This record gives sequence, C-alpha cells and structure tokens, in this order.
Amino acid sequence: MREHLRSERLPGGQCSSQRSLFEKIWQQHVIEQHDARALLAIDRIFLHERMGSIALQSLAASGRGVRGATRVFCTIDHIVDTHPGRGDDTRVPNGREFILQTRAAARAAGIRLFDVNDPDQGIVHVISPELGLALPGLTIVCPDSHTCTQGAVGAFAFGIGSTEAEHALATGTLRVGKPRAMRVALQGQLGAAVSAKDLSLLLIRHYGAAGARGGVVEFAGSAVRALDMEARLTLCNMASEWSAVGALIAPDDCTFDYLARRRYAPQGEAWDRAVGEWRALHSDADAVFEQDLQLDVSDLTPMVTWGTSPQHAVSIAESVPDAAHSGASRDAYARALHYMDLQPGRPMTSLPIDAAFIGSCTNGRLSDLRSAARVLQGRRVAHGVRALCVPGSSSVRRQAEAEGLDRVFQSAGFEWRESGCSLCFYAGGESLGAGARVISSTNRNFEGRQGPGTRTHIASPATVAASAVSGHIADVRAVLN
Amino acid sequence: MLQPFTRITGIAAPLLRDHVDTDAIIPSHEIRQVSKAGLSAGLFAGWRYRDANGRQPNPEFVLNQPAYRGASILLAGDNFGCGSSREHAVWALYEYGIRALLAPSFAPIFFDNCVNNGLLAASIDSAALQSIAQAIERDPASTPLTVDLERCTVSVAAMHELRFEIDADARQRLLAGLDAIDLTLQQLPAIDAFIARDRALRPWVYLGQQAPGEQA
Repeated sequence: MREHLRSERLPGGQCSSQRSLFEKIWQQHVIEQHDARALLAIDRIFLHERMGSIALQSLAASGRGVRGATRVFCTIDHIVDTHPGRGDDTRVPNGREFILQTRAAARAAGIRLFDVNDPDQGIVHVISPELGLALPGLTIVCPDSHTCTQGAVGAFAFGIGSTEAEHALATGTLRVGKPRAMRVALQGQLGAAVSAKDLSLLLIRHYGAAGARGGVVEFAGSAVRALDMEARLTLCNMASEWSAVGALIAPDDCTFDYLARRRYAPQGEAWDRAVGEWRALHSDADAVFEQDLQLDVSDLTPMVTWGTSPQHAVSIAESVPDAAHSGASRDAYARALHYMDLQPGRPMTSLPIDAAFIGSCTNGRLSDLRSAARVLQGRRVAHGVRALCVPGSSSVRRQAEAEGLDRVFQSAGFEWRESGCSLCFYAGGESLGAGARVISSTNRNFEGRQGPGTRTHIASPATVAASAVSGHIADVRAVLN
Repeated sequence: MLQPFTRITGIAAPLLRDHVDTDAIIPSHEIRQVSKAGLSAGLFAGWRYRDANGRQPNPEFVLNQPAYRGASILLAGDNFGCGSSREHAVWALYEYGIRALLAPSFAPIFFDNCVNNGLLAASIDSAALQSIAQAIERDPASTPLTVDLERCTVSVAAMHELRFEIDADARQRLLAGLDAIDLTLQQLPAIDAFIARDRALRPWVYLGQQAPGEQA
C-alpha cells in the first residue's frame, strides 16, 4: 500500500480559479456569513420515525411551522418491523408510538411520507438517490449520521441532530461552521471480490476512526471513478465511521446515467439544463485542500473488523493483531479483545460465526444483494448459522425478486425480509443474542450496537455470504474458487 | 428555554476512553418514548448496569462509585460522541446532571447537539486532561473542578488554571443561552431574497407538490 501526503496546508487567499468541488457547493449556498459560521441554504431535509418524530413534535410545541414543506421528505425505516406482512406494530418496545406520531406529524405539516407499506418506503439513504431526490450540487440534511452517503451523487449531505433538524425545518437553513476540505485520491484497480466496503475499512484502519473529523472528504482517483453509483454510495456512507462531516464524489456520466429519469430528478429540457450546470461540479486542477491524501489500492484484499471500532480492521488473511499492531490504546485494545472474546494471533478466518446479516444503508442495495447471491448460488448456509437478508428499500426488494435473488437467498437458508434498518442496530426488539458472533454488512461494530453482548464483525456483503456458507469468517475468494 | 452557561464548579468524573460512541452513551433500546425526557436512567446503560434489564449497578463503572456521586462534569476521551446522531445522548447526559464535558475532541454532530442544549463541550489536550484526572482522583468529592466559559479555563483547587478551546460561535451561544432558530428567523428577508435568486439559477432544486417525473 503506497501512500504519500501531497500537501497539508491551509488554503490561503483562494480565488475562484482554484476551487474545490466542496467550495463550489458551499459558496452556492451561503446566504450570509456570521463570523465563523455561515447561514447555509438547505435544499433537502429528510426525516425518519426515530428522530423525525421528536423533531416535529418539538417544532410544533414551540409554535413554529415547517417552512417550505416540499423540500422535506420522511420515511419509516429505523425501527419498522421487517417481517413479511408487517404493519405498524414493531418488536421494538413502544415502537408503534414512534411510527404513529411520525405519521400524524408528517401529515399535519404537509410533508411527503414514504409510509410503512408505501412502494417507495426504504432506508432514507437508499431511497433518496433511488428517487432522484439526492442530486448533484444540493445541500441535504437528515437527523442521521449516515446522511453523508448521499454525497456520492456530488451533494453536500450531512447528518445533524434533532434540534438542528428543527432549525432546518423552521427556516430552510442551518448555521454551519465551514468544514475543512479534504481529498482522498484512490488509485489503481480493485481485485476480484474486493469492494467499496473494503476500501472504506482500509481507509479507517489506516487513518483512524477520527481521521477525517470535521472534514468533507472528496473521494477521487481512478479506483473511485471505476466504482458504480451504488458502490460510491457505500464508500461515502462509511465516511461517517471516519468522523467526516460529509463525503463527495464529483458527478460524472456514471452519476447522470444513474439519476436520469428518476422520479424527483428534473426531466426533459430541465434535465439537460441541470446536467449542463452539474458538469462544472468538480474540483479545479489547482484546487487546494487542507488535507490531500493519495493511496494506491491495487493490492487491497477483502477486509474484516476484529474489534469494537471500525478502525479495528484487518485484511481477511490476517490474524487478530497484538496490542502493538492494533492501532488502539492499551486499554481500548484490552477492552475490545475482552468484549469480542478473542486472543491475539488467532487467524480471522478461524472464527466461527453464529449469524450473518446482509442489509443497511451501507450495503443493502441491489448490487450488494447480487454480489452476495453470486456466492450463495448453489450453496447452503452452514449448520447452526442464522442468516438474514433485509433489502435497503422496498424497490430494491422488488427488483431483487424480479431477478430471482430472493429464491437464491432463501434456498441457501437466508431469511428474506421487508426493507428497513433492521439489525444494523438493536432498538430493543430483534437481536441475535448476547455473545453471538455476527458477520455483518453494516457500518458499526460498537459494543452492544447489534444488541447487548452481541459481537459484530463488519465486512462486505460477499464476505458475509462466504462466511455464512462456511460457518466461520471466510475469504470470499477462496469460497468462489 | 436554554439555560445560559457561564461557570460551574462541581465533581468531575473521569471516563477517559477514546471513541465513546452515542450507542454507548444511550443505547437505542433505552429510547422508549417520543420525548426528550426520561432518558437519564438509560445513560451509559451498557456499562452502568450489570445487565441491560435488571438495572443492577455495576460497581466498577465510574458514575456508580460513591466518590463521583453527583458529578456534573465528565472528563472524556478523544472523539467523544462519535457514531449515531441521536440527540438523546445529550438529553440523557443533561438530565443526569452533566453540565460540562472536557475531552481532546468531540464528534461534530454531537458537539452541535451539546451547544443546542446548553451543555458545554470543551476541548483540552489529553496530557492536561490526564493531569486533571490525577489531581482529583485521590479525593474527587473534596477536589471540585471549576470550568469557566467566559475565560475558557478549567481549574482544580490546588492546580494552576488550564485553558480549553471552544468554537467562538458555540461559546457565545452557550454564554447567552441563545436559541439559534430565533436568531435565524430574524434573517427571513435575506433567506427569501436568496431563494428568489437561486430559484432562477437552479430551478430543479425547487419541487412542486408533484414530482417532476410524475408530470412528464
């Protein structure tokens, strides 16, 4: 892995001929500058039942209304039940209340709601690009930390808290301190069965879970250009685990082909005009970044996490690291090993698993399901392993079913569910059990994230599928050969 | 109404772990009502209790130790509040009685959530933090910490003052207890003028009642 730092300096006296993509989007949205903070126009606001409910309730209680409801969209994704035939009841304690209150508040405010059984329902960061709501050059916010996913279309998309969501709803703006502009150029060609998820884990391992804190990361370079739109969404999604504010990829033909004719995208002449403008959304050749990193990723292999932070990642062929090579402080290392019930030197591929999960805003899209299905075709989940697939949106589920992927998953022994965030986190409903070792296509391996005592290993959907059929963490390349 | 923050003197509890995430601060299953209240019992539930449901205190967890009872300041590790954007983490800390956090750094969304709720999140380097922790460790209850936002200082009785850092805008808002929405609503004419200009430049941004793809 060759790496060098091209520059790390403050951009002094920027002129318009040397603007980064982020700078262009930022400048387009500044209404007023107040000292270090800008009043920034917000083009799209997304809500969901877990955080949108309290934001809308609090907004109404303060006597304020939603200003410009046509920029606001709401979905039911976080705690909705994913069993077939679902309704408003959820296995999450009092979860029904979150759904009912969100529905009532969204209706009262005139907000478009993608309700439980709406054909467009799904995880917010999956449906937004799918519906053409996320567009190049937009500012997009949602009270969800993985909002940075949507930056993959070339938008400044960032997660906010509930009070900030109220601010955006009430004013159509946010007061934002300008994040530092970062660029990560990933060069080279990815090997077989190596994905955007593996790229993300590599970056977080390499630079630490706080490596991009306070930054908006532009992903560039030949390895990024070669990614399809869904893989780009995965790469930008994981920027949250790198503590970035947002992530961006300059829009190109791949982006435009993906967005063309999507329901909320401009159509006809309006589309042509928009694309004309969007072609200028790239970093100028001499743009300056506060941090400009370059990494050759040709040698990248599938990655998997061993510990309780996404930076606790290793190549699939490696073993559980010793303290000196763990990238964690001595205390954190000891706590992670204890929680995960691991010993240093144990090969990752020797770890037996109890469960496998495919889904989430990170890896719940059609291409993710296809890559897992390629592994599962003609194979069976190992005895004693519980395996689930939860498509990222209702549309993804329908498309997968039209291709027969549901039958591949089910024949292999996977449960096939309705869409939602599901077991990406534990909200008190479904869990895989205390002490269970889970290989998961999700984004967080925090202690307790998937349930009290549950031990989560993060990997790509292909690696999850390969592990599910092997009964232990497995190298997908070995399974396919 | 936000409570202005100027200065606080109280017991400080050290939780000097890096990357403490909001799932650890308030696990999702502790969020049981559409409400900002009733969350303090779930604060740090995974560490604070021996088991999730029994609520049997884990005596090893810092906030359960008698010396730290009534702590109003938390000494925390790097990147505190990373992960989920859930503002419940801040509501839980505040309801529990925490008024100030000192850490080498905070995750960006969490930091904004703190400011929006009058909770001070002050940055201080880890060596200084360690020295503070050592100074109070022997007898936390009789070694209160003073955090002064006007002067951006933190001091232990017997120790010299140490300086902390905080974003200037956040500091002003905390000192005055300012509600940012009220401030922004005073800018409506500028916002409307911006939208009028922008609508001509980027008409595709502004959706009608119907989606463009439905009209086509």
